[in-house]
Parts: sequence; structure tokens; C-alpha cells
Amino acid sequence: MSTATISPAALEMPRDTYLNASYGVKSWFLTKDHKRIAIMYLVSITSFFLYGGLMAIMMRLELLTPQPDLFQSDVYNKLFSMHGITMVFFFLVPSIPAVLGNFVLPMMIGARDLAFPKVNLASWYIFMIGACFTFSAYISGGVDTGWTFYTPLSTGYLNTHVVAAALGVMIAGFASIFTGLNFIVTTHRMRAPGMTWFRLPLFVWSMYAVSVVQVLATPVLAITLILVAVERAFHIGIFNPALGGDPVLFQHMFWFYSHPAVYIMILPGFGVISEIIPCFSRKRIFGYSAVAFSSMAIGVFGFLVWAHHMFVAGISTYSALVFSLLTFIIAIPSAIKVFNWTATMYKGSIHFDTPMLYALGFIGLFTIGGLTGLFLAAIGVDMHVTATYFVVAHFHYVMVGGMLLAYLAGLHFWWPKITGKMYPEAAAKLAALITFIGFNLTFFPQFVLGYMGMPRRYHSYPPEYQVLNVLSSAGASVLAVGLLMPMFYMLWSLKYGEVAGKNPYRATGLEWTTDSPPPAHNFHETPVVTQEAYDYESLLQEEVEVG
Amino acid sequence: MASDTTTLAAPHHHPESLHEQFDTLEQQKDVAQFGMWIFLVTEIMFFGGLFGAYLIYRNLYYPAFVAGSNSISIVLGTINTAVLICSSLTMAMAVHSAAIGARKLLIFFLTATLLLGLVFLGIKGVEYHDKWVEHHVPGANFHFVDPERPGEAPVPADVASQTSIYFSLYFLMTGMHALHMCIGVGILLALIWKAYRGAFPPHHYTMIENFGLYWHFVDIIWIFLFPLLYLISRTPQMH
Repeated sequence: MSTATISPAALEMPRDTYLNASYGVKSWFLTKDHKRIAIMYLVSITSFFLYGGLMAIMMRLELLTPQPDLFQSDVYNKLFSMHGITMVFFFLVPSIPAVLGNFVLPMMIGARDLAFPKVNLASWYIFMIGACFTFSAYISGGVDTGWTFYTPLSTGYLNTHVVAAALGVMIAGFASIFTGLNFIVTTHRMRAPGMTWFRLPLFVWSMYAVSVVQVLATPVLAITLILVAVERAFHIGIFNPALGGDPVLFQHMFWFYSHPAVYIMILPGFGVISEIIPCFSRKRIFGYSAVAFSSMAIGVFGFLVWAHHMFVAGISTYSALVFSLLTFIIAIPSAIKVFNWTATMYKGSIHFDTPMLYALGFIGLFTIGGLTGLFLAAIGVDMHVTATYFVVAHFHYVMVGGMLLAYLAGLHFWWPKITGKMYPEAAAKLAALITFIGFNLTFFPQFVLGYMGMPRRYHSYPPEYQVLNVLSSAGASVLAVGLLMPMFYMLWSLKYGEVAGKNPYRATGLEWTTDSPPPAHNFHETPVVTQEAYDYESLLQEEVEVG
Repeated sequence: MASDTTTLAAPHHHPESLHEQFDTLEQQKDVAQFGMWIFLVTEIMFFGGLFGAYLIYRNLYYPAFVAGSNSISIVLGTINTAVLICSSLTMAMAVHSAAIGARKLLIFFLTATLLLGLVFLGIKGVEYHDKWVEHHVPGANFHFVDPERPGEAPVPADVASQTSIYFSLYFLMTGMHALHMCIGVGILLALIWKAYRGAFPPHHYTMIENFGLYWHFVDIIWIFLFPLLYLISRTPQMH
């Protein structure tokens, strides 16, 4: 049963919204409204997601049979490289921060806009310029470095457009820096009267932790990719062993960004889940400050574990031991969150609306992804499964089962706020279910394949692996259906969806006190906050008194 | 309800220079400076990658770093350091002039900063040119011959080839620094034009202050680059 039980007569679309405040192409491309910029990001990353997804489907198609039939190895190398680069840098990193964070963060803290609206708009343009560079490399023949750009392969041995692809990723990184900088300053300085740090919704805490990581880690990626580009273009030897350089140094510098970057990708998901679980359990979040501080702890520890990607790269045994230990430690704050979400649901009055279905899927799949991460933190096991499908499955359980489901959960949750319309509940629940089944069918067999020893990044394999590969490919097509469905019914809902009203889920939080869609400056009057976040108990009491 | 809305705090009477997302000019100024400091933190991380690479290779190839360092002009480097420190002084004076509302002084000090920045870049260009002529630019034409010094044996061939790592870092670090200087010069031109138009009254000169922070930051990067690149073991008896 949906929680939206308000009588339809009371609901009509508000007259003045951010969508009809002005019209025309210029009013979008020169907008400084964080809500419109969020929509522009939504459209861009959705198209990049479709492109990355297409690459994945072609890979799974090739892997149906042991022998190469559709593609040769050179094309296959390009497919997984373009899939990885697109999904990581042009979808996952900006997904929740630049779309949902951009849209709801200022409203959650009661601000009229972000601190730097022009910088926010600039970040979208920088992101698109980066995308132009990288996609020009795709179009002019593709890139086959893998998403990690490992040297000396990327600098000395490939004839593809590595420089353009790497520079594109570097430029898009600055968009991420600008978003993070904007969120940090906004959270510090733009909160409404009464909105203290410990009254902030946990989504804001997550975004704050993410922003700190973005601001500190992304510049290191920028300089690393500049070094790759310069080394390739001018034949210098920073990472080239023939000239005295050290290729392992590249791995250190790359993972110094890219390990924190997996937290850039998953922490926003934690924030979304922390909003959804209390709302659909009708209960205050269990252990607010533990959840808030665990986000910050993940942000800090995320910087200290990077070399666990390099256990086989020839780093010393002692440093490997330290990085292994730190990697085990970083599991603790993530586990705190999972336990707190579960404890929030305990004795709650749980409603299985679509966002909650995605959120429950998230908790289960992220837990599997996280625990298999601990297998990989153990050096002995890691030696066995390095560069196998076990790693691929682990990563996808966290990034797709975790982050993508959280993104979809959040997109459904705030869709009524963004558009003023409800998505069709039945279709949405079906899509959530199909996604969950398709996902597990795709990636669970890959754990088994990896443990049996099938290496990643090959287009052919011994015939004994075929059954599991067929299962995985079949799952990928189910998953594709589940992921395509929301695009159709959400577009449908723009015209035909039910009018949502201010607060269709009876959720707490300032964003639900304003119109859906919100007016151009978010609130008609500056809100004043007098209560803690997630006060569902007194909301329940009010409803009992009224009803 | 997480909150109740009141009409208590709705200051919509905005002065002209106040952007609509802020309540007061103080908040606006505070936010701009806060943002600038965070931007400088990202810059530290950006240069941090290069400093990290420098640290590792200097430990690996110390003799090559000494040989490379000895081949660059300490005279030009020292002059440039002095030029840059002077430009920081004129920049600080420019911020002060803006604070007291002295428009002509502001324009004068901004122009002085601009000229000193250009002098720095000019001298840097001369140094780069010297390196180019000596085939010390890493790449296909790289060729390092140790200059003869009385009483000392020339460096062995493997050390000579390792100097390419030193020169790679030299050009990347000073090049990234020079790029920041060029961006600074461009912004300075815009600021001088705006100051000439009277855009910085004493209550609204955050842009000058923020640019001052940027300029000082770029100077500080140089203060680290100078000893790391120019002053490695300059006294022969030390090793």
C-alpha cells in the first residue's frame, strides 16, 4: 500500500515553479538555478549511461560463447575500456552529487541556491567539455587502456587516442571539484536559521563527506593524467622504466585518487538510503550521529587504503600488511551504517513503496559487495583472485547493486519533488524487481567464475566456463530491461502522472515543506528549523490527533 | 514536521551588489573567501602529486638530481625569486589600497604586480631557451653532457641519462607554476580594467582580496620550487 493517501481533490500543480519561471533555450543554458542545472546533469549522465550500458551489452553478447565470434580482442579491449571510463567518470562520479545533490541539498538546508551558482553552471560546461574530449577519442577509433590508464601500456604501447581520453577525464574531474567546493561552502555558510549541524539530514552529511574527498583527491588524478598525456606526447620518462621512470608510481598516484573515488561513488548512495529507510519505516533513524560520523570516517580512511589495489604490483610485504589492515578497518564504518539502517526498520511500520524496494535491494547487495571486498583485503585471497571475475563481481555489487540502486531509489523518491508528478507505482515496483533479479543473475555467476580462475578483460575463455557466462549474459539482458523501464515510465509520468503535492510520502525534511515542483527560489519564506531530522514520531502523533 | 515556516526571516530587500542567494553582504564576502581557500587546498593537492614524484625520484637518483641542478642558472633563479617576492609585496599593497578606497594607488600596484609577473615569465623564458639550446629538454633530442668543473670527475653515463627524470620534473613543476602565473597575469589585466572603471569600492573588493590569495599561493609554490630544483647540493664539499 502506498503511503500517498491524500485525496486527489486537494492536489493541483503549483502556479509558479522553477520550470515555468522563464522559457527558451537560453533560460536553460545560462541558468544559475541549481534545480535546472541538476536537470541538465540528469539528461547528460543518462545519455552517457546508455552509451556505457550499450558497451556492456556488447561485451556480454561476445561472452556468450567461448570462442571469439562478434569481436576480435582489439575491439573487445576498447569495449571494456569505454564501458569503464564512461560509467566511472561520466556516470557514477557525477550521478547522485550532481543530479540529486544539486537538486535537493540547498532545499534540505533551507537555502535559496548554492553558494556559487555560476560555478555550478560552469561545472556542467566543464563536464561536457571533458565529455567532448573523451567521446571524440571514442568516435575516432576508441580507447583500449582500460579505465585505469595503466602505464607503460597507456604511454608507450597503444596507438589509440589515449591523450584525448585522459585529458577528457581530467577536465571532467574539475567539474567534480567545483561541485564539491560548492557543497562544502554551502553546507557551512548557507543553512537556514535553526538548522544546526546535528539537525542536518544525513544526506547532507554524506554529501559533505563526499565533497571533502572530491576536493582533496580529484586534483591528484588531474596531475596524474597530465603526466600520462605529457609522457605520451613528448616521450619523457616519468613512468617509463626504460628511461628510469617507475610505472608503480603511476599506480600509487592513480589509486590515491581512484580508491577515494569509489567512496565518491558509494557515499552519496549511503546518504540517499539514510533518507529513505526512516521515511518508509515511519521511524527516527537509529543512531543519527553514528551514521553521520561514519560518513566522515569513511572519507578519512578512504585516503589510507589505496595500495590494496597493488598487492601484486611489487610493493613491499610490510606496506601490503599495513594497507590490508587499514582496508579491514574501513569496513567498520560501512557496517555501522548497515546495522543502523536495519535497526531503524526494526519495529517500524514498513511501507514497500518503490524507493524502499530499491533501498532494501541496496542494503542486501551492498552488504555482499562489501563483504567480498574483505576477501580481497586479505592478501592471500587477493593473490588468488586478482584480475579475475571475482574482482569484477565485487566491484559491480558495490557500484551497480549499491550505487546504481541508490541512485534509482533517490530518483524515484525525489521525482515527485523534481517534476510535481508521481511515477506509476505498479510499473516502478515491477522495474525494481526486474532490476534486482537481473542484477543478481548477471553478477553472482561472476563471483563463481572468478573463484574458478577466469581472468577479466578477455574476449574468449575455456569452454568449461560457458554455462556460468551464459547465465551472466542472460542476466544482463534482464537487467537492461529493468533499467530501461524507468526511462519510459518516468517520461510518461511527466504528462500523465498523478499530481504529487508537496509531500506525497509524508516525509520529514525541508525539501518536502515547499511546493512540488519548487518555486525558483525554493521557498516562499525562509524556513526556520526547530526540530531534529527524522522526527517521524511526532509526525505520527500529529496525524493521530488530526485523524 | 521538521520545521515551521514563518515570515520572520525573509530579507528580500537586496542591495545591488548582493547576489540573491545571500542574506547579507557579510555573508557574501565570507562565502567568497571560504570558497577561495578551499580552491587553494585543491591546488596544493594538485602540486602535491608533482612534489610526491619529485621526492621519490630525488631519493632514487640523487647524483643525477645534483648534476641536473648544477646545470641550471642559479643567478636567473635567484633574480626571479626576488622578482616574485616583490610582486607579492605590490599585491599586498594593492589589497590595502582597495581597502582604503584609493583607486589610483590600486591601479598602480596592480600594474606593478602585472609587470613583475611579466618580468618573471620573461626570465623563465630565457632559462627555458637556454635549456633548449643545451638539449636538456627531455624527449627525442635530450642529451646531457656534464659541464667540466675543476677538480671533479664528470658524472658517469648512467647518471647523465637519469638526469632526464630531473629535467622532466623541472619542466613540469616550473611549467605548471608558469601556467598559473600566466592565468594570474590574465586575471590581473581584467582586474586593472575593472579597477579603472571603479568597480572596487571599499565595501566591495572581495575579488581583489581573493586574487591576492591566489597570487601569494603561486608565489609560495615558487618558494618551494626554488630550493628543490636550484639548490640541491650547490656546495661541492657537501657530498
